[in-house]
Amino acid sequence: MVGKPLVSIVSAGLSKFGRLDGMYCREIFAEAVKEAFEKCPNLDPVKDIEALFVGHMGEAYEHQGHTGPTLADWAGMLPKPAVRIESACASSGIALRTGILAILSGLHKIVIVGGVEKMTHRTTAEVTEFLAMASDLPFEQWHGITFPGLYALMATAHMHEYGTTEEQMAQVAVKNHHNGTLNPKAHMQKEITVEKAMASKVVAWPLKLYDCSLITDGASCLILTHPDLAKKFTDSPVHIIGSGQASDTIGLYEREKLTTLRAARLAGQEAYKMAGLEPKDLDVAEIHDCFTIAEIIAYEDLGLCSSGKGGSLVEEGTTELGGNIPINPSGGLKSKGHPVGATGTAQAYEIYLQLTEQAEERQVKGAEIGLSHNVGGSGATAGVHIYRRE
Amino acid sequence: MSEKPPPFTVSSFYKFVSEKKLMAAKCDKCGTILLPPKPMCTKCLSTNLEWIELEGVGKLLSYTIIYVAPVQFQSLAPYIVGIVELKSGLRLPGMIRGVEQEEIRVGMDLKIDFDTSVSSQWPAWPRYFFRPL
Ligand SMILES: [Zn+2]
Repeated sequence: MVGKPLVSIVSAGLSKFGRLDGMYCREIFAEAVKEAFEKCPNLDPVKDIEALFVGHMGEAYEHQGHTGPTLADWAGMLPKPAVRIESACASSGIALRTGILAILSGLHKIVIVGGVEKMTHRTTAEVTEFLAMASDLPFEQWHGITFPGLYALMATAHMHEYGTTEEQMAQVAVKNHHNGTLNPKAHMQKEITVEKAMASKVVAWPLKLYDCSLITDGASCLILTHPDLAKKFTDSPVHIIGSGQASDTIGLYEREKLTTLRAARLAGQEAYKMAGLEPKDLDVAEIHDCFTIAEIIAYEDLGLCSSGKGGSLVEEGTTELGGNIPINPSGGLKSKGHPVGATGTAQAYEIYLQLTEQAEERQVKGAEIGLSHNVGGSGATAGVHIYRRE
Repeated sequence: MSEKPPPFTVSSFYKFVSEKKLMAAKCDKCGTILLPPKPMCTKCLSTNLEWIELEGVGKLLSYTIIYVAPVQFQSLAPYIVGIVELKSGLRLPGMIRGVEQEEIRVGMDLKIDFDTSVSSQWPAWPRYFFRPL
């Protein structure tokens, strides 16, 4: 039996993703919130919204911490309680889960969950260093292992164990770049080819430039309500029917295997169980393709295929728009962009559009059930959510 | 009786590295070896631990070649880092020196070596690395 709604999404907002010169987190977040308010005329934000939970990874980028109340202020939401959630690249996926907990606790009935990051004003070397803070200091950062380096270690292991190829990884990039051209808010708006991806500059072998997600500015948010209130605000709410979260060791080297993320597997299992659904029931999913190998591993961790078959899944076209299970119709982190703190709720934003038939050229026809999969760091945090349309 | 052992911390681990020793914590109760050392056994939660020295020899489990490096490593790029599975089954990541890029292979035999020079900047730890056996 399909699980009952935990909470409902009644509106959502997404800033433009890309290089937003001269804007910082507070202004970018306000842009996302503005869209969510405008799309929901029956909501009186000042009266109805009770609290904010916002994902934000790094104070290093702007030399600005304490972002909960700052973002609430610029969104016109003072003096409501506002909390910044930090779970690396899963910050807003976990902010979403925190919002669900707040509503299920009975303390709040209507909340904003969202996230933001401003990155492009920093050099690539600085961003590389800041992102590495989400990995283990004493045994990874201290020895020069970068964030792409950690996923490269997973890629080498996956290639060695299962015969996954660099071409298959490039195919993930080609697919997601294509989807990005159909999303006006995506950072990248250009098609690429396998040849071009394969010939791009090496970042951390075997990962090349086109295997890596983008350094992007952006913000996202959702307005969540108790399911009983949803119809007051919209005729077409999207219900969250499954939520899973798990943790693993901060160091990649301590994990049982390098070719799977245990936290993502467990979070997925919890979400499927709560939703009363199986992988075959999904119509569309947004998954955490911070690197192309991450999407391949996620296919396996979420049960879309068996272990080691992720490379073949993309090769066969199963995960393209028009395929059996379209993955990352938004363009994903790869092409839509990865403002780390904004990513989790940006994935939820895309699923919300898909399940309310608002995804225009990239609409997955008749999509009823969606999933989002958000990973922090090299997999020490994972959050998975399952959604169904009204 | 015997002296109190150094605390089971990462800083103690690196103090041993400065003495060219690869040390881990062993749980007296369940026998689990903790690398990195942790103040509590993550398997049985016991705090009855002892330091043991590990043999720094193992096989390369996975590797990458870092081209885009953080600020403080830029002068070394491109450099090889990997995860080594020690004989004890425990794993340790680190830089791999003394191997040409074309010769690096999953499964190759490596041994630990120590660079005991200490930078003045926090956390002022020395470094270990791996090289061919
Ligand atoms: Zn124990």
